[in-house]
Amino acid sequence: MASGPDVPHHPDGGPAPGVGRADAADDDAVGTAVPRLEMRGIGKAFLGTVVLADVDLTCAAGEVHAVVGENGAGKSTLMKVLAGVHPPDAGEIVIDGVPHTFHHPVQAQAAGVAIIYQEFNLLPERTVAENVWVGREPGRFGLVDRARMRADTQRLLDELGERSFGPRTPVRALSVAQQQVVEVVKARSLDARIVVMDEPTAALADDEVDQLLALVRRLRDQGLAVLYISHRLREVFAVADRITVLKDGRRVDTFSAADTTAGRLVKSMVGRELDAYFPDRAAPDELGAVRLAVRGGANAVLDGIDLDVRAGEIVGIAGLQGAGRTELARAVFGADPFTSGTVEIDGRSRRLRSPRAGIGAGLGFLTEDRKAEGLVLGQSVRDNTLLARRSGAARGRRRAGTTDVEALTRSTELRAASLEQEVRFLSGGNQQKVVLAKWLALEPGVLLFDEPTRGIDVGAKAAIHDLMRDLARQGRAIVMISSELPELIGMSDRIVVLHEGRIAGELPAGATEQQVIALAAGHHLDDVDETGDAVPGGGAPGDDAAGGGATGDATGGEPRP
Amino acid sequence: MSDTVRDAPTGSPSSNGLEDPGARSGATRGRASAIVGRTRDAFAATPIWAALVGIVGIGWVVVTLDGGTFFASGNLTNILQRSVALGIVAVGQTVAILAGSLDLSVSYLISLASLVGAETMDGRESMLVPAILLTLAVGAAVGLANGLVVTKLRVNPFIATLGMALILRGYIENNYDRPTGSVPESWESFGYTRMGPIPVSIFLFAGVALIVGTTLRRTRFGYHVYAVGGDEQVSVLSGLRTHRVVIAAHVICSVCAALTGLFLASRLGSGTPRVGTDGGYDLESIAAVVLGGTALAGGRGRVAGTVGAVLVLAVLDNVFNQLELDPFLKQAVRGVVIIAAVAVYAQRRKGRQQVATGTAAA
Amino acid sequence: MTDATLTPPTGPTPAGDVVEAPPRPSLAARAWRSVARSAPIFAVLAVLLVWIAVENPNFTEPPGFLAFLKRAAPLAVLAAGQYFVIVTGEFDLSVGSLVTVTVVVAAQVLADNPDSTLPVIALVLLIGVAVGIVNGLITTRLQVPSFITTLGMLLILDGAVFYWTDGAPKGSLTEDFRTLGRGGVDDVPGLEQLPWSVVVFLAVGVGAVLLMRANLGKQFMAVGDNDRAAGLSGVPVARVRTIAFVLSGVLAAVAGILLGGFAGVSAQVGDGLEFQAITAVVLGGVVLGGGRGSVVAAIAGALTLEALFTLLNLLGVSGALEDTVEGVIIIAAVAFAAFRLRSDR
Repeated sequence: MASGPDVPHHPDGGPAPGVGRADAADDDAVGTAVPRLEMRGIGKAFLGTVVLADVDLTCAAGEVHAVVGENGAGKSTLMKVLAGVHPPDAGEIVIDGVPHTFHHPVQAQAAGVAIIYQEFNLLPERTVAENVWVGREPGRFGLVDRARMRADTQRLLDELGERSFGPRTPVRALSVAQQQVVEVVKARSLDARIVVMDEPTAALADDEVDQLLALVRRLRDQGLAVLYISHRLREVFAVADRITVLKDGRRVDTFSAADTTAGRLVKSMVGRELDAYFPDRAAPDELGAVRLAVRGGANAVLDGIDLDVRAGEIVGIAGLQGAGRTELARAVFGADPFTSGTVEIDGRSRRLRSPRAGIGAGLGFLTEDRKAEGLVLGQSVRDNTLLARRSGAARGRRRAGTTDVEALTRSTELRAASLEQEVRFLSGGNQQKVVLAKWLALEPGVLLFDEPTRGIDVGAKAAIHDLMRDLARQGRAIVMISSELPELIGMSDRIVVLHEGRIAGELPAGATEQQVIALAAGHHLDDVDETGDAVPGGGAPGDDAAGGGATGDATGGEPRP
Repeated sequence: MSDTVRDAPTGSPSSNGLEDPGARSGATRGRASAIVGRTRDAFAATPIWAALVGIVGIGWVVVTLDGGTFFASGNLTNILQRSVALGIVAVGQTVAILAGSLDLSVSYLISLASLVGAETMDGRESMLVPAILLTLAVGAAVGLANGLVVTKLRVNPFIATLGMALILRGYIENNYDRPTGSVPESWESFGYTRMGPIPVSIFLFAGVALIVGTTLRRTRFGYHVYAVGGDEQVSVLSGLRTHRVVIAAHVICSVCAALTGLFLASRLGSGTPRVGTDGGYDLESIAAVVLGGTALAGGRGRVAGTVGAVLVLAVLDNVFNQLELDPFLKQAVRGVVIIAAVAVYAQRRKGRQQVATGTAAA
Repeated sequence: MTDATLTPPTGPTPAGDVVEAPPRPSLAARAWRSVARSAPIFAVLAVLLVWIAVENPNFTEPPGFLAFLKRAAPLAVLAAGQYFVIVTGEFDLSVGSLVTVTVVVAAQVLADNPDSTLPVIALVLLIGVAVGIVNGLITTRLQVPSFITTLGMLLILDGAVFYWTDGAPKGSLTEDFRTLGRGGVDDVPGLEQLPWSVVVFLAVGVGAVLLMRANLGKQFMAVGDNDRAAGLSGVPVARVRTIAFVLSGVLAAVAGILLGGFAGVSAQVGDGLEFQAITAVVLGGVVLGGGRGSVVAAIAGALTLEALFTLLNLLGVSGALEDTVEGVIIIAAVAFAAFRLRSDR
């Protein structure tokens, strides 16, 4: 089914003429310019499992080259090979015409490669300047020249146009987006000529994403070769010059961004067409009684929260980072309780002051970060599934008798070698299913999902979406927080938009992304041009989405009419 | 270098509304006032100094009510004298803990150092310097061993230094069973000389604290200690030779312990096999470090804090003595004080974290 | 979380969810594997026991072996208690002084009320519970690192008990009280006498294993492995941790009863026991940090330490150098365990 291996390609990685390209002109081939970066025939296996096979990739100075692919396609490993974290089993890395073999990240750094990981490599207790120059502090005779360190750091911050913090700020006081800038400053301080960014926008809100993309363009204009790994096709199209698709460890295609579409990319990544794949929404008569009712909910972060969720309904919660979405879920669940207002579950008023209280009232909460907050990685599938049940918090609710773990895991379509397998060996999608099974063991009436498909590949995403809709159909009330607008819009029966801790508005099913973004940013709906074709963040030329908005991410799903 | 309040970020979603980054205003101040300001910040950042002032105040009240005189010069001497021994070893312990490790072998090393030092000195002036050098070398060797076991053998520092403690204890008990050696007059007088109320030995403590503190705050090595203690992975990826840093930290710690042993020998006139353990220096030094604001996990803290904590403990001791409290009760109260202080720190930190990050809103 | 580290990922996950995993092992294979995982300490223990038997043939006779168990029982009981605390991710440095408190308080009270053995036992157990509760509350509610909490408690207990007795423990333990530590069930077929302390030791061991299999035990592990996830799944983390401290305190009191019976009253009875207990647990392969390790291995660690002491005695290693040998061996054992752990992954 894959279209990849059949596509003829140039040695430099671009697709041959006739496949989605107007002409054979390539950034590097014309003239005598040697590409800044060439990776040729890279192969890597871990403990017998082949992770990369014969991958070629080039990137020119002043180019942004995006690398896309599903989870497990090998993107991160390829970047780690480049960064010197893993020496390749086969192939070579050529930088400015000079071949290199890296056995340690420091060697790659010395050759001009800087990599910014998804999980930052920062020291929270140290200042920005101390972090940027760690291991390379300026000074003589072993003493650190602090003034110079600060001045150099400030200069780099200015070059990148960063104004919101200085060199002496402790990193732990910075937001995620600001910490990312620190990582970029670190890369610049290394005089990096090749910068690799691994899912840089995964934790950013929309306006921060725009700032980051501007930063990336700046780096490109400064003559760097930028490799950009992302799931989010809208951003890829907004910033990339060329796009390489990896699938199952192989390079499947390389396109020029101008000459391809999101649909084409997804097809390359997944090997099949993905049409609108969100499950059907609920019909009005399928909705039951109100199961969750919040009135005037407020705490340190939130104010004036009124929310109703009915049986059979999926209510989406939208908002920028910092708007209070996770806080809302945590407040309803009891983890960071409301300090005023009321919460009613199935008509009964409840004081939910702790997770145990929330569980006792029939709530379940799938957190944003399943590894840190949803799973005990060292324990088995069975023990994790029974974790909440065994806590005794739902004592009053559940039926007596033992839990059928097999049945539960089957109902979530979990695929694991055995129930005794340790959860840390499972894929992201399977891990999420274990978390879901854990909550289902309590037969919750209300389920709160926070970023349910983050870090999960396309196939598993669809499975989870189907599960969520099934759960709703069974009569549960579902609240879903998501930063991926197509998912949010595709799944929700209603969308509640938060802005700075308050509800900015509510949108019906089938709302457009512009409407959601407008409310999330604090504008009124009337300010938005409903037929606007430019979406903040850059539309994709050649995009074949019909609904007046760019497609969002790897799902390629269009908002349903 | 002030890293905290003045340099808050602005304009970010999680801004907590503090003032503009202080970097720019700092440049406009005069150098002298900058130094004063930095010193002030160094002390302000470690609340233990505020606690010291508080405890001195309370102590004065309590003692006066009891009929004694708190600020008598004998008292001051007493307090400072008591701080020296614990102070020197605690400074060394600070470095080990900052690097993410810790050292439970210090009390036995102190005893050993006093024995080796006094024995080598043998009452002779001419042997003073060689004895000191030899003892410090022994200390360095022990620190090297500790560091190697922790880094190369990957043994948890708790166990590694506990094991070393046992090794040293065995050696001491096998070879010494009574006070040994003797200290030449000049060294002995060092332990007792005073300039007015101020014992000369306090300068040894101050000197060690200053040197180690400056090393930590201003040298590359010091920066690396904080980095390795803060996050070893990040340090490795940044090219730091983390093993060397940890080993060096252990060497510094053990050399300080050896120095303490030498000092105690000067006070006692000879070396004694139990001087280290009787003083409980292992757990007390760790308590002083934590009391001073250093994180047990490493990566955060300063020598200035440890110094303050040592002084607090010395004042407490002194006040209890003045009140003629039963020594055992004293110990119990010390335990309460240590727990209470760390509890206060923990609450402060929790509160500060919530403000600064805006609880990582999503 | 693996992406930013240098450890290799577990391989590509193809689209879809099927994970390449080994075929499900049989029950026997799994049992063997779990034994093999903690093999180091059992193997070491076996070697030491055999060696002792070689040096002292009496050891193979029930009385000889039982005498060894009698001596080892207090430390084993302490190690079990410390295990619970360590597996939830904490430390308990107060157990040594708690043992001392147990012995001293019992002696003092019994001196004036020689016939109240049972109430005194109840009293010291209660003290153990109380200390555990305080340790737990301070660590969980006041967020004080347990190292510091229990260190402070160590100072408090030591100071308080000696203050109470004016520096020297008075009184003595009655014969009745000392039976647990010294006496046993007579005329047991096959064995001359089954020491009570061995009975207690076995009871504690079995109880601990059962506990770890029950809900509470799984909650201990969950809390030690990932307390955030546990808390958000409804596990009462603070309560669970406090229970671990209480268990440690109670078992320290039990160890005190056994030791008092065995060795009599002394002010130093508890010195250094907390470190021995922690060492025993670590020798058993339990990770300082929590979430992994078995209680049986921890107890085996205690037995190993005791066997080591016995062997060194038998070999005539001078009393003092015993410590040095001990230190080297402990370091070597833990280094070896760390090495195996790394090569396993």
